[in-house]
Amino acid sequence: MTDIGMKVDGLTVDLHTPRGTVRAVDGVSFTAHRGRTLALLGESGCGKSMTAQAVVGLLEPIAEVTGGSIDIDGEDLLTVSRKRRRQLAGPALSIVFQDALTALNPVVKVGVQLAEPYRIHRKMSAKAARAEAIELMRHVGIPEPESRADSYPHQFSGGMRQRLLIAMAVALSPKVLIADEPTTALDVTVQAQILALLARLRKEHDMAVILITHDLSVVAEEADTVAVMYSGRIVETGPVDQVFEDPRHPYTRGLLESVPVDAERGADLSSIPGSPPDLFSIPPGCPYQARCPLVMDVCRTSRPALVKTGDRAVACHAASASGSEGVSHAA
Amino acid sequence: MTSPADTEEAATKPNYLKMLLADPLAFIAAIVLLVVAFIAVFGRQLAGPTATQGDLALSRLAPFSTDHGWQYFLGGDLLGRSLLGRLMVATQTTMSVSVPVVLISLVIGASVGMWAGYHRGWRETLAMRIADVVLSFPSLLMAVVVLYIFSPSIASIIAILAVTRIPVYLRTARAESAELQSRVFVDAARTFGTPSGAIIRRHIFPIVLPTLLTVATLDFCYVMLAESSLSFLGIGVQPPDVSWGLMVAQGRDQLRTQWWLSVLPGLAIVITTVSANLLASWVRLATDPGQRWRLTTPRRRRRRRAVPVLEA
Repeated sequence: MTDIGMKVDGLTVDLHTPRGTVRAVDGVSFTAHRGRTLALLGESGCGKSMTAQAVVGLLEPIAEVTGGSIDIDGEDLLTVSRKRRRQLAGPALSIVFQDALTALNPVVKVGVQLAEPYRIHRKMSAKAARAEAIELMRHVGIPEPESRADSYPHQFSGGMRQRLLIAMAVALSPKVLIADEPTTALDVTVQAQILALLARLRKEHDMAVILITHDLSVVAEEADTVAVMYSGRIVETGPVDQVFEDPRHPYTRGLLESVPVDAERGADLSSIPGSPPDLFSIPPGCPYQARCPLVMDVCRTSRPALVKTGDRAVACHAASASGSEGVSHAA
Repeated sequence: MTSPADTEEAATKPNYLKMLLADPLAFIAAIVLLVVAFIAVFGRQLAGPTATQGDLALSRLAPFSTDHGWQYFLGGDLLGRSLLGRLMVATQTTMSVSVPVVLISLVIGASVGMWAGYHRGWRETLAMRIADVVLSFPSLLMAVVVLYIFSPSIASIIAILAVTRIPVYLRTARAESAELQSRVFVDAARTFGTPSGAIIRRHIFPIVLPTLLTVATLDFCYVMLAESSLSFLGIGVQPPDVSWGLMVAQGRDQLRTQWWLSVLPGLAIVITTVSANLLASWVRLATDPGQRWRLTTPRRRRRRRAVPVLEA
C-alpha cells in the first residue's frame, strides 16, 4: 500500500438555514493515498463540493462542521490552531477551483499572483518569488513564461488559465491536492490536456489527488479509486475498474447506465427517474429509496451502513442481502 | 476576446505618459493641475511684494492690461495689491488645506473600510455605525459649530474637514471590500494560507483603488468648496492669510463695480475642480487593466471597427 496523504473520517457538515438545520455531509470517510487519485463522484447537490470546502476550510458561515476528523500527517485540520492551519494551507493541502477566471484576481499580473505562495510561506523577496513563478509557469506548460508573467488573467485562454490555477496550487508541492471539477468549464481537447497535466504533476510531486467531478469519463480515465456520493453520504467506494465493471449500488448502476455508450438515433436515453431528496425531508431509511428499482421494505425503515468487502464497500440493503450478483441481475 | 496585439502591448509595462497623450482632455487637465501645484509651491516667491503690499494708486485697477507690469494683468484689489499675485499666494493656502484633508480622510477611511468589509461581523457594524453618526450631521454645519467653538486655524480646519469626509471613503471601501471578500480569488488566496492583512493589501486594495481615486478627486472639489464656504462665512482662513474662497467673499461687496475681485478667484476654483474631475476619469481607465485598451488603442482603429462599411 502507498503512503496515506490524507484520511477523512466521519466528516459531518450541518447547514444552519433560516428554514432549519440540515445535514449536507453525513459521516463521510475516505483515504487519499500519495501518488494516486481518488475521485468523489456524484450529481449536483450530493455534497461533494461541500466536502471539499470543509476540507480546505472555506465553508460559508451558515455551514458548520459538527463531527469527524481530517488527518494529514497526524494533524487534525479541524482541531489545529488557526495559525497552524494557515501554515498547513499550501505545503500540506491546496485546491484547484472550477472556474479559473473568477479564481484569479483580474487586476493583478499572473506573475505576481503565482509568486504569492512563495512570498507568504518562504518569505522570498519579490524578485526571487517572481523567478520561481516563471519556473512554475514553464513547468505547467505555459509558453514564453517570462513575458506572459506580466499579463493579466483575462489575456489568457481558458485552458491556460486553468494551468495557471493548477500551477498556483502545486507551487508549494502539497501532499494533498483537491481538484474541484477542474475541467468542467473546458472543452474536451483542453480537458484531456489538463487531466494529463494533473497526472504528470501528481507523479512528480507524489501528491494525493482528490478529484471532485460529476463526469464519469473523467473518473474512468484519471482516478484510481472512486467514492460515489449521494445525498451527503458515500454509497459506494472501491477501485475504479472494479466499481465501473461491477457496480453494486443501484445508484452507481443508474449513473453508469445514463452514459450513452452505443445509443442509436431515436432510441431513448436512459436516466435515473426522479431527483435527489430535499435535504429538509430526507426520509428515514435509505435516501435513495424513492428512485431505487430494487427498493424493499427494510429500505424504508433502516439506513444501510457502508459494508466493506475487500477493497470495496457499499451501503445498500439489497447488495448486502444477495451480494453483488443479486443486484446486477435484478435490474 | 483578446487579440494578440493587445496582449503584446499590455505585456510590457503600461506607458502612462503615452496613455495620457491619447486623451487630450485629460492631458490638458493634467497640465493645469501641474501648473496649480507649481504655483502652490512657488507662488509666494513668484508673486513678489505686490501681492502683499498694495499701491493705493492702483486700487481697483481693471484687469487685462500690462501697463503696470505682469502682476497687475488681472487688475488690483481695494488696497491696490495685484490680484494675480493674491491668487498665487491663495493657491498655496487653498491647496495646503484641501490636499491634506483628502489624503488624511482617504487613508483612514479606506483602511478602516477595507478592514471592516473584509472581516464583516461586529467590525463592520461598529465601523458603519460610527460612520453613520458622523454622516448624520451635515458636514458643513458640523465644521461651522466646531470652528466657532475652537479658534479657526488652518490645522483645525483640516482636522474637522477630514473627520467629516472619512465616512465617504469608509463606506465606499467597505462596500467594495465586502463584495470582494466572497470572490473565489480571495478564497484561493486563503487556501494557501495568506493572512487577512496580506489579502486586503494584495487582492482587495488594487481593485478598490480606482474607485477610491475617483471618489477622492470628486471629494477634492468638495473640500475646496467647503473651505471656500467656511472662509466666506468668516470662520475659515483668517486674514492676512488668503484663500480662493476668502477672496470671493471679500470681493462680494464690489461685485457690481469691480466684478473681477470675486469672479477671477471663483474661476480658479472652477478650473481646478473641472481639471481634477477630468483627470479622475482618466485615472480610472488607466489603473484598470481590463479598461486600459481604451487609452492604448488609437481612436481611428476603434471607429473603423465600429462602422466597417463606411471605411470600405
